[in-house]
Amino acid sequence: MNITLKIWRQKNKDDKGGFVKYQLDNVSTEMTFLEMLDYLNEKLVHEDNDEPVAFDSDCREGICGACGLYINGRPNGPQEGVTTCQLTMSAFKDGDTITVEPWRSKSFPVMKDLVVDRTAFDKLIEAGGYISVNTGAAPEANSIPVPKKNADRAFDAGICIGCGTCVASCKNASAMLFVSAKISQLALLPQGKVEAKERARNLVKTMDELGFGNCSNTGACEAECPKDIKLTNIARLNREYYKAY
Amino acid sequence: MTKLDSKIPEGPLSEKWTKHQASIKLVNPANKKKLDIIVVGAGAAGASAAASLAELGYNVKVFVFQDSSRRAHSIASQGGINATKNYKNDSDSDFRLFYDMIKGGDFRAREANVYRAAEISNNIIDQYVAQGVPFAREYSGYLSNRSFGGVQVSRTFYAQGQTGQQCTLAGYQALARQIKAGKAKMYARRDMLDLVTIDGKARGIITRNLVNGEIERHGAHAVVLATGGFGTVYYLSTLAINSNGSAALAAYKKGALMANPSMAQIHPTCVPVLNDYQSKLTLMSESLRNDGRVWVPKEKGDKRPASEIKEEERDYYLERKYPAFGNLVPRDVASRAAKERCDEGYGVGETGLAVYLDFRDAINNQGKETIKAKYGNLFDLYKKVTSIDPYEEPMRIYPASHYTMGGLWVDYNLMTTIPGLYAIGEANFSDHGANRLGASSLMQCSGDGYFILPVTIGDFLADEIRTPKIKTDTPEFEKAEKDVKDKINRLMSVNGKQSPTSFHKRLGLILWTYSGMKRNEEGLKKALAEIKELKEEFWKDVKVAGKADDMNHELEKASRIADFFDLATLIVTDALDRKESCGAHFREEYQTEEGEPKRDDKNFSYVSAWEYKGEDKEPELHKEKLKFEFVTPIQRSYK
Repeated sequence: MNITLKIWRQKNKDDKGGFVKYQLDNVSTEMTFLEMLDYLNEKLVHEDNDEPVAFDSDCREGICGACGLYINGRPNGPQEGVTTCQLTMSAFKDGDTITVEPWRSKSFPVMKDLVVDRTAFDKLIEAGGYISVNTGAAPEANSIPVPKKNADRAFDAGICIGCGTCVASCKNASAMLFVSAKISQLALLPQGKVEAKERARNLVKTMDELGFGNCSNTGACEAECPKDIKLTNIARLNREYYKAY
Repeated sequence: MTKLDSKIPEGPLSEKWTKHQASIKLVNPANKKKLDIIVVGAGAAGASAAASLAELGYNVKVFVFQDSSRRAHSIASQGGINATKNYKNDSDSDFRLFYDMIKGGDFRAREANVYRAAEISNNIIDQYVAQGVPFAREYSGYLSNRSFGGVQVSRTFYAQGQTGQQCTLAGYQALARQIKAGKAKMYARRDMLDLVTIDGKARGIITRNLVNGEIERHGAHAVVLATGGFGTVYYLSTLAINSNGSAALAAYKKGALMANPSMAQIHPTCVPVLNDYQSKLTLMSESLRNDGRVWVPKEKGDKRPASEIKEEERDYYLERKYPAFGNLVPRDVASRAAKERCDEGYGVGETGLAVYLDFRDAINNQGKETIKAKYGNLFDLYKKVTSIDPYEEPMRIYPASHYTMGGLWVDYNLMTTIPGLYAIGEANFSDHGANRLGASSLMQCSGDGYFILPVTIGDFLADEIRTPKIKTDTPEFEKAEKDVKDKINRLMSVNGKQSPTSFHKRLGLILWTYSGMKRNEEGLKKALAEIKELKEEFWKDVKVAGKADDMNHELEKASRIADFFDLATLIVTDALDRKESCGAHFREEYQTEEGEPKRDDKNFSYVSAWEYKGEDKEPELHKEKLKFEFVTPIQRSYK
């Protein structure tokens, strides 16, 4: 099929940037979205003598969280429950115009084209998204039984890939879903309870300092999260936060 | 001339590590504060090492090419992590895990290292649970286990199909804590392009800042490489597309020996190649073989849908050929068996390069909900990639490049032949011999990072407490930086017509064809010649777009591919030298009557360690003779 791409091009973080239109022919529906961008880049470099479009990606199987683009105004495009690298071109049809943008959030500044800086997520984890146990200090693994239900819920929260879709989909650019997933995972486990209060206080404080917005419960993050992280985690974060003061 | 000293402690197997820990040199806490350590790569091995070293008091600098160390490719490890807890009461023990690994590796690994890996496996599970890894649990609240290929006990701890993610994030978080504490510093979006040695010791690295292209110098008292494997040399692989072998190659060119580079694991259960555009292959965890049954039609070229092929028309070839282990044979065996069936014309799907992995019986026996609880996310992943619903139709799978057992040669302390340079995790060669068993990679990476390196590095650093901070304005750094800049300039100035990726694809195809699941002398020699030609063509006709002093993914790729040519040559050279079959290294000239690998213990019971002798010169082979004091090498049989 033949498509038209409107892609955000920006030289560096100080450049204003803007959309550039590209015509791309002979796109296969079997390609993934990122393979289509690879294909575009080959064409840009070898036929048009242009600079390739910069975008982040690594595992290309939906687990590392490196990719993540706005595609036609939606994080990760029109298919449900996928990361950008899992999106396939079968979601589009011949003649479509596809708009591609980087994440838009004050806390994720654009570095080049479609590449953003998500160090703010690392800063959040550094603020307390861990259990303070040194290597060697752990007791026998089975010494503390954990109810299966809690372990499963901790897992469901723990599978967040840190891609930033939640922030990108939120009108307030809030990182509540990301933060609440980590808070939940660790608060649900007995090992994480000791530091639960401090963790809730520090993560929320850091989230504000990093310029993320607040949550107004519209649920866009849950709807768009490729890993199905639930809003109930935000409810748990609120509870943990109230308990912390 | 480099001399290999594996520094394996004397004494009974089960006492070696304890005695070694008690006898190696220590650095006191006040002196640790004065010592800097560089860790390159921060996956399951690197992050845990960096965090543990920082906890001990060392100053740690961590370098990753990703934007965050949470994205290291250990994140994609799926099925689980082994430990000898024996929670199942099924007669597991350190010795049994050790024996399974030694046998699974086809008697080409070091006894002492493998035993140590088994010995510390339980500490790793304790550590991860304490860090908040949500491993699967029983209704009682106690930890659950499952079995994996090549073994007959259930010793694998798991978090659905995302065990690697959960373990990697635990290490990432432990490291985050040390970054916050100021004991570790993260340098993200950096490619290590060279190693700097001063007076024969590893004293620093040269990196390229991937945001602005700046070439940077970083000094330290010791350097740890936790840079993973180089399975991407085959182009299509289960690895992340940016995984590469450049750091290991840089170390090799500075004098570190490369061990068993031809030992590359082709994983049996991956989503098959679907089209020419494909940029990677997706792994389907080996754990699926616990309940999935592998089969092809009995009739050649039978193109009917699986549902129309009756039970008696199906050939469950693994169960037929290997009744004792059935679908749970080790990876090398399963991969070769799939290739053999497909080469004979029994393959399924449009290309004929796939076999079925069928859950029909498991769903009928255990119910869909049970299967969903075990493998739900893997089934979803498969459906996303292929649009086939594995609850309704069998999966189609085919082997793909996955893991490199080979890597930098290290002694018992995990130190390479360059003093002060360590290699941990997949980047070293030490524990898996000629074939790695499932769920032992996370185990080895975590063991190296949490429990071995932080102890053994003290033995080297104890003599460095009087060495002041390493200055980077020395001629050695100057020279290394110049070499890196020269290489980049050279790449940028070729200005040919072909993309870096097009060369990578062609290189991958050469390796896959001649140095993949089956190898022979004629093919390997052909591969050597073709790689040489392709390398020459690359340096004459590659086109690297963009600028060197800017974010430039094309330049990153080109630089890595330039190194892949040398790695590929080394892989093939090693495969040619090893005139026997063992584990994943299958030389067609050396097989049993039943088509199984035929080892030659008399002549090849050694680790091949290659020494760099200069650009386009033959590397020199050193042999570390393998001594089996505690087990007797036997012909592997999974029948």
